[in-house]
Amino acid sequence: MAMPETEPTPAGDDRGAPVGRRVVLGLLGLGAIGVVTGSSIQGGLDAVLTPVQQIDPTGLTGLLPGAYFRYYTVTDGYPSVTDSAYRLVVDGLVDRRLDLTLDDLQLLPPRELVRAFQCVTGWRVPGVRWKGVLLSNLLDQAGVQPRAKALRFRSFDGVYTESLTLDEARRDDVIVAYSLDDRPLSQAHGGPVRLYVAPMYGYKSIKWLSAIDVVSSVEPGYWETVGNYDVEAWVGRSNGRNDPAT
Amino acid sequence: MTADAAGAPGAIGTAASDRGAERAAASDRGAERAAASDGRLARFDRVERAVHWVNAVLILVLVFTGAALYLEPLGQAVGRRALVQDVHVYCGLALPLPLVLALAGPWGRALRADLRRFNRWSRSDRLWLRAVFSQRGQRRALRGQLATGKFNAGQKLNAAWTAGVALVLLATGIVMRWYHPWPLSWRTGATFVHDWSALAVGVVVVGHVFMALADRDALASMFTGRISREWAARHARAWLDERD
Repeated sequence: MAMPETEPTPAGDDRGAPVGRRVVLGLLGLGAIGVVTGSSIQGGLDAVLTPVQQIDPTGLTGLLPGAYFRYYTVTDGYPSVTDSAYRLVVDGLVDRRLDLTLDDLQLLPPRELVRAFQCVTGWRVPGVRWKGVLLSNLLDQAGVQPRAKALRFRSFDGVYTESLTLDEARRDDVIVAYSLDDRPLSQAHGGPVRLYVAPMYGYKSIKWLSAIDVVSSVEPGYWETVGNYDVEAWVGRSNGRNDPAT
Repeated sequence: MTADAAGAPGAIGTAASDRGAERAAASDRGAERAAASDGRLARFDRVERAVHWVNAVLILVLVFTGAALYLEPLGQAVGRRALVQDVHVYCGLALPLPLVLALAGPWGRALRADLRRFNRWSRSDRLWLRAVFSQRGQRRALRGQLATGKFNAGQKLNAAWTAGVALVLLATGIVMRWYHPWPLSWRTGATFVHDWSALAVGVVVVGHVFMALADRDALASMFTGRISREWAARHARAWLDERD
């Protein structure tokens, strides 16, 4: 705000303490502190706001930044497919290629999980009700060949990919999900069908799942390539984060 | 405050040719004479008004595109997420330009003088602020002692807040958009700061618009540049005294 001496000085009220400059610098300082400490502050706020949001009938608290889903897409919008046109293909190093409709999936024994969804960027939605089919169930039906070591997942958005090792994929908290909080999975949530890898950060839980290729080695997925995220994305033990387990 | 397209054309236009600058100066002198003849005071010159309105347009675009990126139902209705994101990012990057361009040359004289007024706080400004938080009787007593200048303490706070928060939003927005160089926890922190700051900006912008609609003379002066002596006597007595 230093001005050349030649500028005319407004008579009267250009004297006094430079409070305006202090306010600006103070805001910059607060912003910097917020950037460095924000991930833990947001965690504390979420602990306060989430119970309020769950009983708030107006939904207005849902407008506050905090513990709810943020919807990410790596393409220009949310890809859509009707429930009847939806197909999930399991292919690659398998004995039987599977081509499953949404009805096929829903006729299989359901697996329900009530677990948090933890994003690697910090937000976390606790106590989400997930329902779907165990991924291991699909693998058993397809018959995984001995030289298979990993899975490659593809989205019908045409861009996003993910990966898991076979051991990870066979866990009992990894499901092919079609329902969230007792409702069909919405388009923004990755419906009609997405992956939910409970023990890992959200980017592993690929949305709009359309294909599972059984392959011989792990191939890093979209964010692991574009964003340098860890391929082994255990919540609290990867990406330099220490979030509590989901 | 900051902005781009509209303030820039004005400023660039004047910068582009000396003839343009002379014309602008002549027209401002004309406005001064007109103001003098009908007894009205020159409150904002053309450059200040242009910066204000370009900023207003940019900020409205930022608020709406930001809301579409942030609120799921609105985002679904608007669609074209990649385009919305680009518009938001480029309007954000452009936001400082009108102010910077307006301050960069001789055409920014009035704006620089007003920025100095915004910066400095007199005893009256502190009393004004205390009056806001006082009970009715005491408020009247405090207001009696006030010699408010061209801007009151609320306007000064709004100006400093807007400048500071715009820079914070710019910096955190850059971290969010070009996230590669930064640690992951910074990206999270930048998102946290950007979200809450944007929410606060939304509240303040709504308040700003309501207060402008409640004082039509002040609002009109952001179009015409001029304000009546009666208004100045009521809201900016020390400024009026200083002009006489």
